[in-house]
Amino acid sequence: MKRTYIEAVRLAFDHALESDPSVMLFGLGVGDVGAVFGTTSGLQAKYGESRVFDIPLSENAVTGMALGLAIQGFRPIMVHQRSDFSFISAEQIINQISKTKYMSNDLYQVPLVIRMIVGRGWGQGPTHAQAPHAIYSHVPGLRVVAPSSPSDGYQLMRAAISSNEPVIFLEHRWLHQTTEEFAVKFDNSSIEQSKIVMSGNDVSLISLSYGVLECLKIAAVFAEFGVSCEVINLRTVKPLDENTILTSVTKSKRGVVWDIGHLLYGVSGEISSNLNENLFGQLLKPILRFGLPDEPTPSSPFLASKHYVEVDQALLKINTHFSLGISPDKLLNRRREIYPFKTVLMDQPDMGQVGPF
Amino acid sequence: MSFIREVELLISKRYQEQIFRCPVHLSVGQEAVAVGVSWNLNDEDKAVSTHRSHAHYLAKGGSLFKMFAELMGSAEGCCGGRGGSMHIFDNSVGFISSIPIVGSSIPISAGAAMAEKVSNSGNIVVAYIGDASLETGAFFETLNISSLKQLPLVIVIEDNGYSTYANKSVRVPENRAVKSIVEGFGIPFLSGNGDAIDEVINLSRTAIEIARSNQTVVLEFSTFRLLEHCGPNNDDSLGYRSQEEIESYKERDPIMYLIKKFDESEITFFNKAISDYVESEYVKAREVREIEFINFQKGFSL
Repeated sequence: MKRTYIEAVRLAFDHALESDPSVMLFGLGVGDVGAVFGTTSGLQAKYGESRVFDIPLSENAVTGMALGLAIQGFRPIMVHQRSDFSFISAEQIINQISKTKYMSNDLYQVPLVIRMIVGRGWGQGPTHAQAPHAIYSHVPGLRVVAPSSPSDGYQLMRAAISSNEPVIFLEHRWLHQTTEEFAVKFDNSSIEQSKIVMSGNDVSLISLSYGVLECLKIAAVFAEFGVSCEVINLRTVKPLDENTILTSVTKSKRGVVWDIGHLLYGVSGEISSNLNENLFGQLLKPILRFGLPDEPTPSSPFLASKHYVEVDQALLKINTHFSLGISPDKLLNRRREIYPFKTVLMDQPDMGQVGPF
Repeated sequence: MSFIREVELLISKRYQEQIFRCPVHLSVGQEAVAVGVSWNLNDEDKAVSTHRSHAHYLAKGGSLFKMFAELMGSAEGCCGGRGGSMHIFDNSVGFISSIPIVGSSIPISAGAAMAEKVSNSGNIVVAYIGDASLETGAFFETLNISSLKQLPLVIVIEDNGYSTYANKSVRVPENRAVKSIVEGFGIPFLSGNGDAIDEVINLSRTAIEIARSNQTVVLEFSTFRLLEHCGPNNDDSLGYRSQEEIESYKERDPIMYLIKKFDESEITFFNKAISDYVESEYVKAREVREIEFINFQKGFSL
């Protein structure tokens, strides 16, 4: 049976709350009729208001409370409907939560999860579309995960809740309606393990979150021209699964990193640097990076279409950068045949999903 | 008020066309506060708003064309399409900004008030906020420093009882005394019925007079949000508000209140002129947007 991402995360919460009475779930919207896009539906009724609850609009204080709960034996999950709202919690996250284990000389474990949703499209604009995984990854003491599918959503959320260290759980809004058939059972897989979601030899496409879906489209188009791409779903941004990435690029000698965040001072630069440090001299071409430019995300669909990286643009750039020698027209025509996008305003994940999100 | 209502209802009605292509938080039911407060403001006075900013912007003298264009993502919008509905900025009418991160607008307003004070302009700043702002630390921190620095600031609380879909009962203790909190900081507190335009005008006149003598004031109005938190629809589809509650609104509608105060025929004429104007500004903005869309398509291959 296929399940949506929303259902997968809801089940992860449900199963964690059921199996461990110390798990708590709270945040703005968790207990209301919208239920954080449906991901917390029915949980308050099932587990009670003392474990699953809505909060006042006091994110900084409530984040501090999450830390207090965590170091006194609970496993809190705090939810932000937009990752941009997590910056209100940033003092507690960056100065307190990340450092408590270290500062206490390991007296305390900090088993808490901060889940945040990255908006995109339909005019989300400057303060409702940020992807702060690089910002949080920069801080020692935090783990940062970013699922790209329903099964990822389920397994990574279960793993994050089980972790004894604080986990930032970054979730892209455009994953919500994606579907997948998978066994809904916690597989205890390591939070630190990236996954190869498509095997190939010629080009390694390394990505995370919604970017993985874009890379799969790119791989499918190149496959038509005999170029086999290996697509790596990072799953976890920090700690980085260097082995999986290195093994792939050692084989392909061509590496592409597609990030959903900004290019400057970000995850793509970190991975590129890592590859250069380990494979200097073995790469056929420099690592190619895709990500957001150094400007806030605009609301206008016209401006936003230029802000985000699109599949066509990436296909052409990869083709040129690695001198693959495919006719650009044929490349784009093939893409149109395989993925006939129906809108020029690329601000919806698919035509079925209409704003305001 | 009828003008703002017409604008918001046009956005609501036409939202399905997918031309207004950004999240919208409509002000239907909350028009009287914006109009009544602005009634007492000079052109040089400043205002700061939140994600629910349309009424405040228009009442401050904002351009309907520029607002429509902004919501359409057009380069002719008041922020060139960069901000959308949630970030309306237009200094030309003293509308400093709208900030959709709840609470964050309050200290910015205080900073703007300090700027007016130190430059001896005689102008004041109005910060429109919703009731959920009172749950943020920024609110309390700003009350403290505004009182300390005696800033010419009027904080206008529009209390519609909801934070997105969450009723106040799950967010604040019963009988929380906002008046005591505010007065505890040495700040005058006034409150009234936000559906009654005459009451809003009178109370805000008093508040603004106090602020002009370099003193911060908090003004709280009860209001009612008729449409959903974000989007074009009525708020009865989700079933989280009782039908009774929604019905009770019909007694409170600020436009109905206004109509009762005026001659019926006068109002009818009034509305026709307004709706014609709103429609024509919409058509103008849409034409501009259509040309931009065509140019955009030219640079885009599918």
